[in-house]
Amino acid sequence: MAHYLDHSATTPPRPVAVETMLRVLNGPPGNPSGAHRFARDANRVLDDARETMAELLACDAGDIVFTAGGTEADNMAVLGVLDARGGQAVCSAIEHHAVLEPVEYRRGTTCPVLPNGQIDLDALRSILSTAAAASVDDGSQAISLVSVMAVNNETGIVQPIAEVARLVRELARNAVLHTDAVQALSWLDLRNIAPHVDLLSLAAHKFGGPQGVGLLMVRRGTPLAARTIGGGQERERRSGTQNVAGIAAMVAAAVEADATRADMVQRTSAMRDRLVAQLQATVPGTHVSGVIDGVEPERVAGIAHLCFDDIESEALLFLLEKHDVFASAASSCASGAMEPSHVLAAMGLPRELAFGSLRLSLGYSSTDADVDAAIAAVGPAVARLRERS
Amino acid sequence: MAEILVAMSGGVDSSVAAALLVEQGHQVTGVTLKLWGGESDSGCCSVSDVDDARRVAQQLGIDHHVFNFGDEFVEFVIDPYVADYQAGRTPNPCVECNRHIKFDKLLRRADALGFELVATGHHARIVQDDQGVRRLARGEDEAKDQSYVLHMLGQEQLARLILPVGDITKDRVRELATELGLRTADKPDSQDVCFIHSDGGREKFLGDRIPLTAANILDTDGAVVGHTTSVQLVTIGQRKGLGLAGNAERNYVIDIDPSAPSVTVGPRELTRTDRTALSQLAWTAESVEGVVMVQAAAHGRREAGVVEPGINGAAVVRWAEPHTRIAAGQSVVFYVGDEVVGGATAE
Repeated sequence: MAHYLDHSATTPPRPVAVETMLRVLNGPPGNPSGAHRFARDANRVLDDARETMAELLACDAGDIVFTAGGTEADNMAVLGVLDARGGQAVCSAIEHHAVLEPVEYRRGTTCPVLPNGQIDLDALRSILSTAAAASVDDGSQAISLVSVMAVNNETGIVQPIAEVARLVRELARNAVLHTDAVQALSWLDLRNIAPHVDLLSLAAHKFGGPQGVGLLMVRRGTPLAARTIGGGQERERRSGTQNVAGIAAMVAAAVEADATRADMVQRTSAMRDRLVAQLQATVPGTHVSGVIDGVEPERVAGIAHLCFDDIESEALLFLLEKHDVFASAASSCASGAMEPSHVLAAMGLPRELAFGSLRLSLGYSSTDADVDAAIAAVGPAVARLRERS
Repeated sequence: MAEILVAMSGGVDSSVAAALLVEQGHQVTGVTLKLWGGESDSGCCSVSDVDDARRVAQQLGIDHHVFNFGDEFVEFVIDPYVADYQAGRTPNPCVECNRHIKFDKLLRRADALGFELVATGHHARIVQDDQGVRRLARGEDEAKDQSYVLHMLGQEQLARLILPVGDITKDRVRELATELGLRTADKPDSQDVCFIHSDGGREKFLGDRIPLTAANILDTDGAVVGHTTSVQLVTIGQRKGLGLAGNAERNYVIDIDPSAPSVTVGPRELTRTDRTALSQLAWTAESVEGVVMVQAAAHGRREAGVVEPGINGAAVVRWAEPHTRIAAGQSVVFYVGDEVVGGATAE
């Protein structure tokens, strides 16, 4: 039996999402931009979806722009603001590539993180102050966008968005604040996070919705140039016929995730804590990422992120799969090869240790049997690799 | 039936190697090595080659993985390649990749993952004598033989290696691939060093990493007869590509001094020598004292010579007839009949 401990890569679709998607797909055809009744019905699905997502994000329904996933939303935020306003972008060094790449492409700045995996607020303060001083003489030096993720996708470490927002409002008054909240919705109530920011990205498949659907929350008044132009859908912020069935399914998943969050956090963190404690107790040379002097950083309930001395993740994952345990390490490149983690590098982990990383991520469908299987498989696999390679 | 990890480059040979092993009933898993992160369009680690390998694996119904050996590739292949050119040597990166990556790192990884054997699509054969000694022998297809670049394989490695296409011709490999409907059936053979981009070539690759030094080209009397923009790219024995006028028969490179810097050209007879110094001498099994046939280029002719071992892997090959000087860094491989008995690196 397969033990799926890779919910952070993609969460199994919630049954309610699948049912919703099928219901819409099996219903009458309708392009939401059209004029007839079927079209109006499709548009009604979108209007309902927009309103529900707005409620979960404590924003206006008009702020919701549906996209084809998290990467599109992140790209739209970074490039859309820079295109609309010029100036410079700043992001944390541990952003997902969907933010990091566009920021680096536009020669932006990355802000260091602390060894505990959280953004270095002093460094951010200094970056923002320096840019503010420089922009007095040269307006193009002004920071127009700051992007800091809500939850890191590798380590699960929660970022202090409220503090980031305070710094941005104080030191970069004209800057827009974006957060990639792709890993957050399952674990954190975004009604507490979204109000701090101007832009927020979500991806449906990280909380039990379908792949290829997401959204960007764009607070009213935020400068944003469209990346996709054409039919003018989504208030001309993102042209293209919407994925109506996918969006409906995303909303169904989000509503269920929101309603069951408290229970799930409690249940999952107990499983995750048992997993980590057992592995630390039984596997020598196990390091929990972000733990400095025994202090655990704030981390979402679903993610266990470990590094093992003297092994290579890709070999470990291979052996775990042999024991029906499905997990992951850092991100993969276009070829499917495992890349050394930029997140762990930014946290100051030595490259050798970062090469031995393992992310075990749980979710709504995880069971004690999954945790038992992982505990049983990891120790012998690590021991074998240390002995043989 | 064995558990076999087959290294699939995305080319036709390793595709068919995997197919043959599946047909023989083995439990086969495919792996493609990601070796080079930089740009390359000719190589064995481009995304489209990984796609080809993965699609062939899917078609054969076997698992396919990608292993990232990029750090090792830089450490054992790229860095020494650059350092060798900087020192006026002519390295053979494919041999170093075989030595350190495919037949060291990959073999160890395969062992750790529980595979009994590793297979590749190389055109060479592994033969075993009555005493149980294994040797690498030339492939069935003489024109495609790759035993030269595999000369470093010792007993331990040969015992864990399987070369399924070594005893069939390249034409037969393509026929089999066509019969099986493999998408790689008509894929052209890779020719070039996998990490060198065809646009800028070796010169751009090296120029991005080390200073290339301009140098005068001298004749044997010390007179300047020409000029090169990069002494590091000149190879012993080279005659073409230096832009020299005059008697072509006197334009063979006979000496390269990157520190001077200078290149000296002279008549062909000065490119000949009766002995060649070697390093990294290794015998496949026992050492061979008499005459062996020596090959010093991938598809070079084999010439008779006697190997005289020194200490710490140093050796000298004494040629039966004067031999063209061999650029330092090139592999020198010893054959008896069609079997490899050992090899070394020219100094």
